[in-house]
Amino acid sequence: MNHLGFEMEKVKIGSFDFTCCEGCQLQLANKESTLPDFLALLDIRNFREISSERLDDYDIALVEGSITRPDEIERLKAIRAKAKVLIAFGTCACFGGVNSLKNRIPQEEAIREVYDNKAVETMPSMKISDVVQVDHSIPGCPVSKDEVEQILVGIVTRSQVSLPTYPVCVDCKQQLNTCLFDLGELCLGPITRAGCNAVCTTGKSACLGCRGPAEELNMPAFFELVKDRALSLDDLHEMLAFYNAFEPFATDET
Amino acid sequence: MIYKVISKGEFKAFIDALVQNNSSFGPRKVDTGSNGKPIYQFMPVKSVDEIDFDYTVTHSSAKHFFLPYRDELSHFNFSDGNWEQEIRYEAPPIILIGLRPCDINAVNILDDVMLHGAYPSPYYLARRKNNFIIGMDHMPLPDCFCHSMNRHTVNHGFNLFCSDIGDSYYLSINSSKAFNFLKEFKIEEPTYEDNCLLIERRKNIKNSFETKIEVSGLPCFLDIEFDSPIWQKWGDKCLSCGSCAMVCPTCYCYSVEECFDIDLKGSTRQNHLYSCNLVDFAQVTGGHNFRPKTGDRLKYRYYHHYRGFAANDNQQICVGCNRCGRACLADINPKDVINDLRLERESCMICVSPSPDKT
Repeated sequence: MNHLGFEMEKVKIGSFDFTCCEGCQLQLANKESTLPDFLALLDIRNFREISSERLDDYDIALVEGSITRPDEIERLKAIRAKAKVLIAFGTCACFGGVNSLKNRIPQEEAIREVYDNKAVETMPSMKISDVVQVDHSIPGCPVSKDEVEQILVGIVTRSQVSLPTYPVCVDCKQQLNTCLFDLGELCLGPITRAGCNAVCTTGKSACLGCRGPAEELNMPAFFELVKDRALSLDDLHEMLAFYNAFEPFATDET
Repeated sequence: MIYKVISKGEFKAFIDALVQNNSSFGPRKVDTGSNGKPIYQFMPVKSVDEIDFDYTVTHSSAKHFFLPYRDELSHFNFSDGNWEQEIRYEAPPIILIGLRPCDINAVNILDDVMLHGAYPSPYYLARRKNNFIIGMDHMPLPDCFCHSMNRHTVNHGFNLFCSDIGDSYYLSINSSKAFNFLKEFKIEEPTYEDNCLLIERRKNIKNSFETKIEVSGLPCFLDIEFDSPIWQKWGDKCLSCGSCAMVCPTCYCYSVEECFDIDLKGSTRQNHLYSCNLVDFAQVTGGHNFRPKTGDRLKYRYYHHYRGFAANDNQQICVGCNRCGRACLADINPKDVINDLRLERESCMICVSPSPDKT
């Protein structure tokens, strides 16, 4: 590869899944129009969805899913030891994701319900940064391929890699959407990190916060406006807990 | 300006002919709010029947037709260790129907900022030259305060302006293009009675404003109140979500983003409408943020709008449409913030010292 007159090497990359649906990894093989160019940036060393090769030397590790078993901790630590850059890939990896729903009930009950009391080793769902150091995060359920492309190009060209700091409302207003609060509905758009092009609210579905909190959240003010509109606080807590992304703010209610 | 009168039926035929043949946008109902009231936006229209001429107000302004939320400024092509810059000023002609006087005044303010400053924007100019604006008057909503800002009437910045005088529209024709279009339709000289109806309509509109904001002397007031606790009080409510700036007809602040093409053979420089309320608006290289506090960011938005910045000749850029107030989930609106600010000082009883005697 030649870029601005510099010869560049492809980045050696591995993609790994933990407890998840593998939908985010599937996004890597999506968006066919730019797929050849995207793959040209990468030397894929380990990615079971698109290659049967299993090589252990990679610079970048994309880690998808949350951690819910002791053996996953060991596997993740081994990946961290090999990777120069580790990217938490998708909402489960960044926040614990939908899997964290089981954190709210006794583990025995979860095992009984799901595995019919078979002996399984399971523990409360953890995000990747609970176990190892994370260099970059790409949130989303699933991740946006556009954003993945931008971030990987940023890493390849050693330019700045960042996520929008502001909430989904900016994206949503730019789509000329009707605010779901004006329709009497709850929506986490005002507190959730933008970058998704407001895809859910454009389809008139409330934002559930899959991209996690926007920066410098004013959570007390958000609780206040939900109360002022006589919307259900129970529903709000349910939405906040959906992806486990707002756990640090759960006590901000005034 | 040439004044004519057109019957509402003939007016519809005129508009229909325009929208059938041109890329056109007009007010359309897009939703019904939980309060039962219709929600309107400027949307693409293909026939006159799609246009809600009796609409109240659109949720977003018409700003994005001139300042798109995202706009490609240039594309760079890399080759042989060098690069070439490619700039396009592409603006297909559009017709905008139903803009209110405040909306047109807002466009005139944007003209001042974008075209009459030290660095005119060719991107803005391309769009601004290539449009046809049809304005329409309306009875103010309870929260409209354009009269306070003296933006409730408009005498330039449009091709055609229509005042509703009952069975007809009283037309103010402000361009040869509009006049030539109208030649094909039945228009008449205003009669004595039409003139009376127009004056009556204007009087009626002027007397119907329920929301008034005292803006006289406000720039000085704002200078004095730079450290007022009011800013933190309202800042504590603010979600820093940027909705106010997105729907505002005159908020023009932007960020510039550059990103590589995925094939690394080029890159794009893009303009992105931003908001001074967003947390990193004043963050600079190295990470320092000049306005980390929500209240400070909110304050600067009010300063830009009601005090004015040098870049816009220190003029107040708010037109009083209150779109920001309607869009704000935290119920922050210019009327309450400004009244709060004035009251705090004007009703202060702590340090009363008598004014100098009249001599």
